[in-house]
Order: sequence, then C-alpha cells, then structure tokens
Amino acid sequence: MMNNVSGVPGPLPRKPDGTAVHAVGLTVVRGSRHILGGLRFDVPHGRITGLLGPSGCGKSTLMRAIVGTQAKVTGTLDVLGRPAGHAGLRSRIGYVTQAPSVYDDLTVRQNLDYFAAVLDPGRSAADRRHQSVTHAVSDVDLTSHADTLAGNLSGGQRSRVSLAVALLGTPELLVLDEPTVGLDPVLRRDLWQLFHTIAADRGATLLISSHVMDEAERCHRLLLMREGGILADDTPDALRTRTGADTVEAAFLQLVDEAMAAGNQSRKETVR
Amino acid sequence: MSTTTTPRSGRGTPAEPRAISSARTTATAARVLRQLRHDPRTIALMILIPCVMLLLLRYVFDGSPRTFDSIGASLLGIFPLITMFLVTSIATLRERTSGTLERLLAMPLGKADLIAGYALAFGAIAVVQSVLATGLAVWTLGLDVTGSAWLLLLVALLDALLGTALGLFVSAFASSEFQAVQFMPAVIFPQLLLCGLFTPRPDMHPVLEGISAVLPMSYAVDGMDEVLRHTGVTAGFLRDTSIVAACALVVLALGAATLRRRTA
Repeated sequence: MMNNVSGVPGPLPRKPDGTAVHAVGLTVVRGSRHILGGLRFDVPHGRITGLLGPSGCGKSTLMRAIVGTQAKVTGTLDVLGRPAGHAGLRSRIGYVTQAPSVYDDLTVRQNLDYFAAVLDPGRSAADRRHQSVTHAVSDVDLTSHADTLAGNLSGGQRSRVSLAVALLGTPELLVLDEPTVGLDPVLRRDLWQLFHTIAADRGATLLISSHVMDEAERCHRLLLMREGGILADDTPDALRTRTGADTVEAAFLQLVDEAMAAGNQSRKETVR
Repeated sequence: MSTTTTPRSGRGTPAEPRAISSARTTATAARVLRQLRHDPRTIALMILIPCVMLLLLRYVFDGSPRTFDSIGASLLGIFPLITMFLVTSIATLRERTSGTLERLLAMPLGKADLIAGYALAFGAIAVVQSVLATGLAVWTLGLDVTGSAWLLLLVALLDALLGTALGLFVSAFASSEFQAVQFMPAVIFPQLLLCGLFTPRPDMHPVLEGISAVLPMSYAVDGMDEVLRHTGVTAGFLRDTSIVAACALVVLALGAATLRRRTA
C-alpha cells in the first residue's frame, strides 16, 4: 500500500505548515471503477473543512481513506503527519460513519463507557473516562436520555450518540460523515455551534461532509467534489467571489456547468 | 499554528497499541454481557433449552438407561457448541453490519482483544449453561458417569470455545442473518451426523469414518465418552480434549484473519 511508503517513521506530531491532511494523487479503485481519481488537496489544521458534493461522488470513500478503513488506496495520504491508517493515529482521530454505529441493545451511557474503555483502558483511567463520557453526552444534548437504550431513540438521537462516541477523549481530527442529516434546524444549528467550539477551543481539525449546501456557509474552507474529483478547494467567500454567485450552492452549480462544458469541449476536439 | 507542540491529554498515549490488552479484552467481554443482559429472553433460552432437552431425552429412553447415559453425555458436549456457534455468528454479523466493527477497528482495539472478549463473555455463559445441564443430568436425571463431573464440564467448556470460534469464522461469509442461520445446518449438521452420536464411528462407511476423523465435534463426543467410561484422566481423554482445544485456537486465528481494518 502506497501510503505506508510516503510516511516518515517515528514521532512526528503534526506537519509544521499547519496541514492536518495532505493528499497527492490519492486514488481509490473498486473493481474496475475509480471511486477517487488522483485527488490533490490539503485540509488545514484547526479549521472546519466542509466536504460537499452530490451523493455518490466519493465523499464517504475519501473520509474512510483518511480514517484508514478504506482498502485499495494508492497515492500519498498523510494524516496528522503520518500515513493514513497508521496504528498511532487510531486514538487521535474521531470518526462518525453516515449510519449511526452504536450498539442498539446498550444504553447511551453504556455505549460511551465501552468506547471510552477502548480508547483509554485500565482501572486507573476510570475517573477520566467518566468525565469524558459525561462531557460527550452533554455536548450532544442527550443527558436526559443517558440511560435510554440506543435502539429506543429516534434516528436523530442515535446519530448524536454516534457523534458523542467520536468526541470522546478530545481527538485532534474529527471526520464526520453527514452528521446533521435528519436533524431538525435547531439541533443542526446547535451542532454547528459545537463544531465551531471544538475547532476554536480545542484546536481540533474537523472534516465534515454534507450534501446540504447551506451548511457550506458555516465552514472555514470547502472541498467541492463531483464524480470522484475535486471541483474546488477554497473558502466560501472566495468561491462566491470567483463565480459571482450569491450562494455556495449557485457557485457549485456554476462550477459543475463549467466542468461539463469543458468536458464536452474536449470531447468535441478529440472527435475533430 | 499555535498548538503545534501542545501535548494533548485524554485520548491515551499515541503509542503503538499492543496486540492484546487485558483491559480492552475485559471491557469488550463486559460489553457483550451487558448487551445480553438487555435481552433476558435469549439468556433464558440459552440456559434452559439444554436442560429441557436432557429432560426430554431421559424419558425418551425411559426403558434403556444405558442409551441415555451415552447419548446424554455426548449431548452435554454438543449443546454448548451449537448454542455458542449460533450466538457468536449472529453477534459478530451484527457487529459487522451495524458499523460498530468498523468503528472499533478504527480505534486502538486489537483484533485479538475483540475475539478474546467475545470468547470470554460467551465462555462465561457456557460455564453457567454447562453447570446447570451437567448438574441436572448427573444428579437429577441419573446420568451414570464413571469419571468426574468436572471433566465433563471441562470438555463442555472447550466445546463452547470451539462453537464460538466456528461462529466467528463463518460470520465472515454471511452477509445477512438469513445466511448466518443457514450456516448452522451447513457446518454443524454434518458433524452431528458423523460424530458418533447416532452410530459408533467404526460402523460407518470407511469414507465417512475418514471424514469424521477430521471433524472436531467427533473428538468432543469421544472426550465425553472417555469420561463416561473411565475414572480419572485417560490418554484418550487428553488426546481428544487437546484436539478440540487446538481446533478452537486454529479457527479463532482464522476468524481473526477475517476481521479487516481496511475494507472495500
């Protein structure tokens, strides 16, 4: 696997240039299909980067590659200064999959207790774990449901339990795959406030995917994806200015049109 | 960036996770048992069914207590194997399909921690199940064993471990609960037919006898048979139990190999 080659062994906590994720020629193949085709991008440290694009464009695959659960990844992909999937990264990254991945037959607190014990095991860490769990439960506003079975919660509540697991133990990088899908507007606003607090107070890096374009406005930086490629890598303001559009959504659509027009143009030229 | 050298607290040390950590293993076992505690019906079924079956068997062979002795002793070994096979294959399949396995493997949890945790939790259940079934058979239903009831228990426990190992292994090849339960007849029934429960293995067609000699359940039943007929630990008993234990460990290792941190 290529991403083992690119990394420097030994402790290298973070790239000095403030890059949390660094990718060059990042490619993921499934069967004969290219899910990701040679991506090049950087995710700045300590900021919220939005990963936007239509469903099926490769957002989840990209996130799984960064977390190190995706097979058949080639190219360079460094995460927090180490090759993606490095064993030393497992305790430094919090990851939330699209579907809530928690135990339905455990209560909210029991779920968190277990994952906390995996992250920070041993009897001596019990107090620290208890604190971490209580904190995570209140962060996602589930304190009143702490003793409810996860299976008895609503869809939105379950995805918040899943998010709480990722918040355990203050990870340096949070990779959140559509964390606000199916949540009501108030909760969505609260969660985005939480994300900003995490970035500002803990200096953590957040990579958040969404296909809801209005959430893009809340990010510091955006990666717009389409069909396994990166369409734009910029701040929301710069995107709007560059395209002359009012919203990120309009900017995205314009970029898609341009990309398609360019594609048609080059196809015509090859025919000629 | 301002926080470049700030040491972080909380998420443990970023040191390399060890292959197996006893704290993570026991945490996993405790979690599996806690899940079961929210499902009392499953616990009741796991504990009661072997007892009810033995009771039934006792009166099916009301006229021939010798037959009850040999079949009953064999079943004491077979029950834990089948129960643990079923429970483990479904439990690990759920772990795979719910995304919790992917989450755990993205965390600093060793594969051995997870497998040992499951084996520990289900092993504990198997102890309870076997103690009750053996106690009922020996003291209430008059199952006549020459050897020690402790040895029966030991074999039962090894069988439970083998069942856990087989369940874990086959769950990798099942993509739905339907498929997982179908592995029960596919993996367990042939062994049940060939293990010597229905007819002594030497009486089978030579080809089948040959096959039965490589199936682990045959040794589970042979081991029970040794306890039934002999006092003390015989060479045959040692051989049979070692084979069952070795099979369980090999299959557990194969099961560990099916847990992949990176999936397509």
